[in-house]
Amino acid sequence: MKKHLVSASDLTKEDAVLVLDTAKELATISDRPVKKLPTLRGRTVVNLFFEDSTRTRISFEAASKRLSADVINFSAKGSSVSKGESLKDTAQTLQSMGADAVVIRHGSSGAPHLLATRNWIDAVVINAGDGTHEHPTQALLDAYTIRKHLRKNEGDLSGIKVAIVGDILHSRVARSNAILLKTLGATPIMVAPPTLLPVGIENWNGEYSYNLDDVLPKVDAVMMLRVQQERMNDAYFPTAREYSRNFGLNAQRLKRMQEHALVLHPGPMNRGMEITAEVADSKNSVVIEQVANGVSVRMAVLYLLLGGSNSEMGENSL
Amino acid sequence: MGANSRNSARVVLESSDISRALTRIAHEILENNKGSKNLVLLGIPSRGVPLANRIAEKISEFEKVNIPVGSLDITMYRDDLRLKPPRALAKTEIPEGGIDHKVVVLVDDVLFSGRTIRAALDALNDIGRPAMVQVAVLIDRGHRELPIRADYVGKNIPTSRNESVQVLLADTDNNEEIVTISAGQQ
Repeated sequence: MKKHLVSASDLTKEDAVLVLDTAKELATISDRPVKKLPTLRGRTVVNLFFEDSTRTRISFEAASKRLSADVINFSAKGSSVSKGESLKDTAQTLQSMGADAVVIRHGSSGAPHLLATRNWIDAVVINAGDGTHEHPTQALLDAYTIRKHLRKNEGDLSGIKVAIVGDILHSRVARSNAILLKTLGATPIMVAPPTLLPVGIENWNGEYSYNLDDVLPKVDAVMMLRVQQERMNDAYFPTAREYSRNFGLNAQRLKRMQEHALVLHPGPMNRGMEITAEVADSKNSVVIEQVANGVSVRMAVLYLLLGGSNSEMGENSL
Repeated sequence: MGANSRNSARVVLESSDISRALTRIAHEILENNKGSKNLVLLGIPSRGVPLANRIAEKISEFEKVNIPVGSLDITMYRDDLRLKPPRALAKTEIPEGGIDHKVVVLVDDVLFSGRTIRAALDALNDIGRPAMVQVAVLIDRGHRELPIRADYVGKNIPTSRNESVQVLLADTDNNEEIVTISAGQQ
């Protein structure tokens, strides 16, 4: 594996399967009386969150703590960032405090890349979502959830078709998923109104469609993306109601899907908008499980990037 | 391993020897614990797991009862994690009924520095509180680095530190024998 996890494309197929297999074993510790492993004792993980997040931050925090790492939470609000401190200065502060890993969420695409490549810090950089770019650990937990249900928690995802529906243009989740699903041998199908598909979608590794009803019967899983409220006024679609009618997942549409098909959502859900409450709470929905799987997958990533000797990993080896 | 051409391999136990050693270990476990009550066997991956299963089979043959067998992966508890690239994890399967108040017999192929058993003891600690922990190994090759000993030993094989001992089992290696490989002069 590479030293950092900035993009889903940093993972080869072998790496990705290793993360999922490791996560599978780590998932069993949540059934134990002592939900803790000593593996990262004495290591410091900094959660550097420039953007609001509940589940990703808590998930990384729980994962780090279960591996006995020390966790320092940093949010831009109430820090020197609000006084205008630059990313470089913040990074160097963390460096001098001895951070071994920096989990970064940033509103600007490319911030984790900058941190990983500029030699400001020695720490491992893990992207927890940057702008409209990528969110690789979300893609890993989605792949884990799909694999667990449809491939008995083993091997890759070859032959599986996954529809990713909604705001593809602004979604870092969609981008990372498209890359990782392809790496694992699955076929991602992007579904959105033309205004919400990025320019050059035909060059992405996968299929795309403007029509949800055509796609649904042939997929094994459907991933609904949140319609970001802040985009509502930007005229990407005429009205929320129209979007919901054409691209929302409701009970009728669910019926047209294959029986084994899964419904995923990275959260937070807008019930009644991209997904109805009935579907969100149906037996096909694995939304709640995704959250639990997120902790296992992030533990696996932290262990694989931080647990061994740094010198043996990544481009900097030897 | 370095100078491959100068390595010499020597078979020290054959399949039938291994089987006899395991039979004796099974008897000793029963004798020591006055029967199979409360026994749990936990194999340490990878070779310890098939060995634990075989000992359990023999015990159930002698005593006509099934005893619980599981596996205990110790990777996350190793003290040399930071010296090597991260390893893939193996399965931990604790048999139903858990290990609380049980006599847990840890089973591994080779006892060397004792660090694996140290890690296993830590791992057990996070899973429950056994009444007693015992250690069974097929080979004790000496060179302990910690105050740890085995309760049941298949065979003591005096080795030098540059030698390596390889256990091959039908279940994992399609071949069954124990080989020592001496690495030669460095």
